[in-house]
Amino acid sequence: MSTQTIAAAPEQSLALSVRARERLLGIASPIVLLAVWEIAARLHFIDTRFFPAPSSVIAVLIEMLRSGELITNTLVSLRRLALGALIGGMPALVLGIAMGLNRWVRAIFDPLIAATYPIPKSAILPLALLIFGLGEGSKIFMVAVGVFFPVVINSTTGVLGISSIYLDVGRNYKANRWQTFWTIALPGALPVIMSGFKLGIGIGLILIAIAEMIGAKSGLGYMIWTAWETFSVEQMYVGLFMIAIIGFVLTVLLNELERLIIPWKRD
Amino acid sequence: MLPGTMPHDLPNDLSKPDAMNQTRTNLRKVEPVAAAEHQPAVAQPAIRIRDLHKSFGGLTAIGGVSFDIARGEFFMIVGPSGCGKTTLLRILAGLETATSGTIAIDIPAGSERPENAMVFQGESIFPWMNVWNNAAYGLRMRNAPASLIRERVSHYLDRTGLARFADYYPHQLSGGMKQRVSIARAFANDPEILLMDEPFSALDAQNKLLLQEELLHIWDEQKKTVVFITHSVDEAVYLGDRIMVMTAQPGRVKCFVGVPLPRPRAIIELQKAPEFGELIHRIWSELRDEVQRAREQENQDAVQDNKG
Repeated sequence: MSTQTIAAAPEQSLALSVRARERLLGIASPIVLLAVWEIAARLHFIDTRFFPAPSSVIAVLIEMLRSGELITNTLVSLRRLALGALIGGMPALVLGIAMGLNRWVRAIFDPLIAATYPIPKSAILPLALLIFGLGEGSKIFMVAVGVFFPVVINSTTGVLGISSIYLDVGRNYKANRWQTFWTIALPGALPVIMSGFKLGIGIGLILIAIAEMIGAKSGLGYMIWTAWETFSVEQMYVGLFMIAIIGFVLTVLLNELERLIIPWKRD
Repeated sequence: MLPGTMPHDLPNDLSKPDAMNQTRTNLRKVEPVAAAEHQPAVAQPAIRIRDLHKSFGGLTAIGGVSFDIARGEFFMIVGPSGCGKTTLLRILAGLETATSGTIAIDIPAGSERPENAMVFQGESIFPWMNVWNNAAYGLRMRNAPASLIRERVSHYLDRTGLARFADYYPHQLSGGMKQRVSIARAFANDPEILLMDEPFSALDAQNKLLLQEELLHIWDEQKKTVVFITHSVDEAVYLGDRIMVMTAQPGRVKCFVGVPLPRPRAIIELQKAPEFGELIHRIWSELRDEVQRAREQENQDAVQDNKG
């Protein structure tokens, strides 16, 4: 018995150190990569015309932060992303839930969505430019289209996935249509709807970058495109870096939001 | 007089001309009921079912049942699996419609209560609502005043031992506690009739016993009409005033067995009573043939499935 207790103690401390080591490795791996990149660039093992040293990219980043250019472009892109997500996401949410609750609504819209969903969203950019012109409208529209599909599809799937016993409870307690929507359909489908939103925001980020490269005078996509035109490779990397950061921060924020609005979800 | 002392044999000629009327009538007035003369003890039937049929496609789930349930009666339905007892309860709850036959639910004049509330088999409380909001659901859906909701919900959470867990979400509760929430939700809604579909079947034996006793305690407060489905003969005798035994599919009434055991009942004490053993024996002997028949049907179906 006593040998078992003695053996158990170091095992536990080992388990803790494994977790700590994992976290340490997670931080260390990108730093090591950047260090190797930096050294390789300085020693000209890699072509600095394509892969400039991280230190020179950071120098450009600081310079662009000071001039305000980076912040302005980032905010412009974020604004388009937010408006697009709202304009595309809200109708998708309502339509998706209605499709999940009502077979007739589903019968009407299902084929339309199935037919338009496979069209690459980037391929409708020329059409968006034609309709909405070079201004904000076409950018916001692109994001809205990107967010719409995953949200509408996930909302329908989410509602259809609600266990029929909950709908029976609603009927037994005489919940009307509106009450059924608010107390059963929406909360019951919310976890699946949230993953639809996350997916949609990711697609929206891709589309905003593409849309800003063509026919825009601001935004991160525009910034990357002008960097290519002026062959300012460091600026290009700054733009890519910013998009990566936005993607990362949005994922963290949406996960937090999910934890906040879905407190019943098991961890 | 105990409801259990009433004569239990229901004549077969109950189907009156109104049996073809398929609508679900909600008699608002207490009227003399034609069937009362055949069942003198059920002077004030809360539920009157006549010649009820239900089929799904070619399958007859319920093959014509007729019976009365008295006001305030704790009515048990026992039958082999697949005898249509859950379907019968779902028809009573308004979740299914009968193929033919009538159900008349008598609601006293001036009653503001909802007609029924169901305690479902399995997990039916909403995972996205905490215990309080789950228990308040029925009252909220009919826009009850906030003070009434507060009073009723706290009363029944108290009675079910859940007062401390009002803020908990279902995933933080055990199976027994979840079923308590479901019972609190049904009672808090204060219906005329409580419908219970094997509410304790998923629980372990010890928890089941506790909940059965609690249910009896809560029921003793108001003595609502209860229709309770079970496949457990013991449970039927513990809880019921009268037990209806159903035949294997298609479900029909096999017999009624009164339970003349005094109330309030202590379930553990009940097991010592000689009447208890006799009742269990009697119901089991009625049921055995039906369970056997249900099993043969299942075997036949399996053979046919394999051929096809």
